[in-house]
Amino acid sequence: MKKKKINVAVTGLNAIDSPGPGVPVIRALKESKLFDVRIIGLSYEALEPGIYMHDIVDKTYQIPLPSAGKASLLERLKYINSVEKIDVIIPNFDAELYNFITLSDKLKKEMGINVFVPTLEQFEDRHKANLSDYGKKHKIKVPYGKVIFSTAEIPKLTKEFAYPLVVKGKFYDAYIAYSEQQAYTYFNKISAKWGLPIIIQEFVTGQEVNVTAIGDGKGNTIGAVPMRKQYITDKGKAWSGISIDDKNLLSMTQKLIRSTKWRGGMELEIIKTNKGDYYLLEINPRFPAWVYLAVGCGQNHPEALVQLALGKDVKPFKKYDIGKMFVRYSYDMIVSLKEFETISTLGEL
Amino acid sequence: MKIKKNIALSDSGFVFDPATGDSFTTNLIGMEIIKMLKDGKSHQEIKTAVLKKYLTDEATFEKDNYDFINMLTKHRLTDGDEKEKD
Repeated sequence: MKKKKINVAVTGLNAIDSPGPGVPVIRALKESKLFDVRIIGLSYEALEPGIYMHDIVDKTYQIPLPSAGKASLLERLKYINSVEKIDVIIPNFDAELYNFITLSDKLKKEMGINVFVPTLEQFEDRHKANLSDYGKKHKIKVPYGKVIFSTAEIPKLTKEFAYPLVVKGKFYDAYIAYSEQQAYTYFNKISAKWGLPIIIQEFVTGQEVNVTAIGDGKGNTIGAVPMRKQYITDKGKAWSGISIDDKNLLSMTQKLIRSTKWRGGMELEIIKTNKGDYYLLEINPRFPAWVYLAVGCGQNHPEALVQLALGKDVKPFKKYDIGKMFVRYSYDMIVSLKEFETISTLGEL
Repeated sequence: MKIKKNIALSDSGFVFDPATGDSFTTNLIGMEIIKMLKDGKSHQEIKTAVLKKYLTDEATFEKDNYDFINMLTKHRLTDGDEKEKD
């Protein structure tokens, strides 16, 4: 079968110690059986490794940081599209999703670019700050949590929580605080980086398991692969993991996608307690950095996302390989100064 | 005592629990006992097989088998450790 040639723009090229999902998403697309994909990288910083991975990224353009707003992103995408004729954009960062969600109609109508992302309601509902309500709404266990805006609220936490508790940022970062003093420290550390509010969450112990999944926006789960982290970095990221056969995790995922009519890629972060209870810790509204494991297990989620973005009907995956592992590695690329200069000054490479 | 049905056991003694992703290694006699448990053999049948094949006495078998079964239970490899949720 002749593959269809398409141009896909991908963000999250930061294949670093806390990696973005861009590079694994690109690897998945390069292995597509349906598409012959030209990859346009969209980067925020000149040292994102994906920029220099010319074997998988055909061209990279810098785009404005999410904080610059929608208008400047739209202007930049207009220019990039005038050169590249983009068919699909896959945004891979939580922080940029708001802009892409709210621009998606405009991108389609004015530029013919397809974006398959959650609706604004789905995106807002699953925010960490709303997780308790989210759990009640969708009948899923979540650790008890509350949102705080000031360190003055920390001493009162003992009325509702016992130490240790978890201190979380609204987008990223989470620390276990074993004392009030540590809660102060982590509050200040996270709020300085990601702003307010800070989320305080009950500490639930058990085995951390994750699911990468994709919903078609109509309530159907197109694919889902559960994974258990085997090696975790000091940033809490999986450096190695294994696909597992956990029917409870799959049914929890399907239930959530059905109930929310989730649209796009997602990652569920779950704790399985020793009693066998499952607590939802977080929903990330995009593919995780380990999404390539799903490809290795026989479910190419990024390829399915592109199909959905192009308006095709996609049949749900029925199975995946159990006991497949991923082991991440670091690799030093040699880069010429000229390349660094080009992306830094011209904003494209 | 029953071992979980889905436990995978290789000829090299590598034990894999697909539900949790846990993996272990065991020696030859551990492999043989796990295989017999997977085949649904009773405690008595396993004891008879081991005493017939290995130069050991009943008391030693009982003590070592008790430790081994406890270890399997501790690692959640025995049935009844997992419950399916709705």
